[in-house]
Amino acid sequence: MDINDARSILTVLSFACFVGIALWAYSGRNKARFDEAANLPFEDDELPASSEGGAKTRGTAS
Amino acid sequence: MSTQSTYNYKVVRQFSVMTVIWGIVGMLVGVIIAAQLVWPQLNVMEWLSYGRLRPLHTNAVIFAFGGCALFATSYYVVQRTCHVRLFSDALAAFTFWGWQLIIVLAAVTLPLGFTSGKEYAELEWPIDILITLVWVAYAINFFGTIAKRKTPHIYVANWFFGAFILTVALLHLVNSAEIPVSLTKSYSAYAGVQDAMVQWWYGHNAVGFFLTAGFLGMMYYFVPKQAERPVYSYRLSVVHFWALIFTYMWAGPHHLHYTALPDWTQSVGMLFSLILLAPSWGGMINGIMTLSGAWHKLRTDPILKFLITSLSFYGMSTFEGPMMSIKTVNALSHYTDWTVGHVHSGALGWVAMISIGSIYYLIPRLFGQKEMYSIKLITMHFWIATIGVVLYIAAMWISGVMQGLMWRATNPDGTLTYSFVESVKATYPFYSIRLLGGIMFLVGMLLMLYNVLKTIAGKKAYDAPVLAPMAAQAA
Repeated sequence: MDINDARSILTVLSFACFVGIALWAYSGRNKARFDEAANLPFEDDELPASSEGGAKTRGTAS
Repeated sequence: MSTQSTYNYKVVRQFSVMTVIWGIVGMLVGVIIAAQLVWPQLNVMEWLSYGRLRPLHTNAVIFAFGGCALFATSYYVVQRTCHVRLFSDALAAFTFWGWQLIIVLAAVTLPLGFTSGKEYAELEWPIDILITLVWVAYAINFFGTIAKRKTPHIYVANWFFGAFILTVALLHLVNSAEIPVSLTKSYSAYAGVQDAMVQWWYGHNAVGFFLTAGFLGMMYYFVPKQAERPVYSYRLSVVHFWALIFTYMWAGPHHLHYTALPDWTQSVGMLFSLILLAPSWGGMINGIMTLSGAWHKLRTDPILKFLITSLSFYGMSTFEGPMMSIKTVNALSHYTDWTVGHVHSGALGWVAMISIGSIYYLIPRLFGQKEMYSIKLITMHFWIATIGVVLYIAAMWISGVMQGLMWRATNPDGTLTYSFVESVKATYPFYSIRLLGGIMFLVGMLLMLYNVLKTIAGKKAYDAPVLAPMAAQAA
């Protein structure tokens, strides 16, 4: 077996790995965690003027 | 208030404002060299000649404008989605001032003619070392922030930013391997066709990771935020990410079709470039479909207009790119203005527009404001910029295809139908249209600067408090 066989094997393994990732991403078991992750940008109050609590007082103070 | 920790918005503010400044500088240089192509007598002295200014233009728009936008947005997004302050304020300050120093050094050395001669990697070895130091600091700061995150997940935007930071480090180290012969001159460590292959492995991945992965990170945060709904499919974004990672690395040889590069390498490059169409369009569809059910927002929100139009240009240029990588198409397009048009469809349409939209989103929030000083001016900026891009790329398409056809035309006896200078003469009108498009894009940026200055004038800098993630609050 020469280096070129190793290269071919690596390519095939990479492809198998990618197919595995795609199956993992679309498997039903992981739906909840991906939904949770998708909402990460919204887990925070944003605008100083429209948010509540500390952020508001800071925003209007300026 | 003093007991409550805040996000490090200072470094985001610094990079955001400099994005606008360097954008104007870089695009102004672009307008100057576009004018030089119409009026060659504008090459008044060697320091301001086309050959010296052209690398200055590319470095300024990619690394100064695009780079500052990437620093600003990645620092903002990683803090807000991890619910922690940046890993290190000192490293953040070092990356800002270090990056500005690199830009100034580039602006001095390139017009003076100091160059290593590698496209998009022209800067000489002392600056290369400085880039490495700043980049390592950036990586430590970014991944250090992710390591101390308060959320169980790493949001997909951070995956894209992380891939961009790691890959650019790898590309820079390998392609900038060089042997210095003096303070201002070095020679590549590679020779011949290997040097060309390393250069375009770097060059195309600079497009793939600096100009794509990083800006996709922006897309995955700012499009959902501005549309006020989560990304269309998070699962698609995972597959999008890994598909890009697995394929982009091998597309570089398409820059070297019909050269001394082995034929099989050219074919591999072409094949991987064609495969890239799938993940690119997956990402574009994912971004645009995020608006599904909220399309009406496009009518009134110019920031959303910028973001979504940028995705349309991303789709166009990632369709065009694979087509141009096909050897037979490349035989027509290579070395012509078609390439220049393709690059600007990506650079102005995609990279600049997504950055502009993101910066318009950021600026008010970094200064405790609800929105920009003038929404009308953003709308005006959007239309001027869009018409400018369309004029630019349409002119270059026509000019490029015309050049390709004229260069390959032969008479029945095998002689060339046109001399080279005839093709130069034929491109004149299109160079003028390109100049007009470039001026329009620059004018849009000037409107943006005015709008930004009016928004922040007299306003105090605002640092938002670090908020616990919802899962933690509920627990």
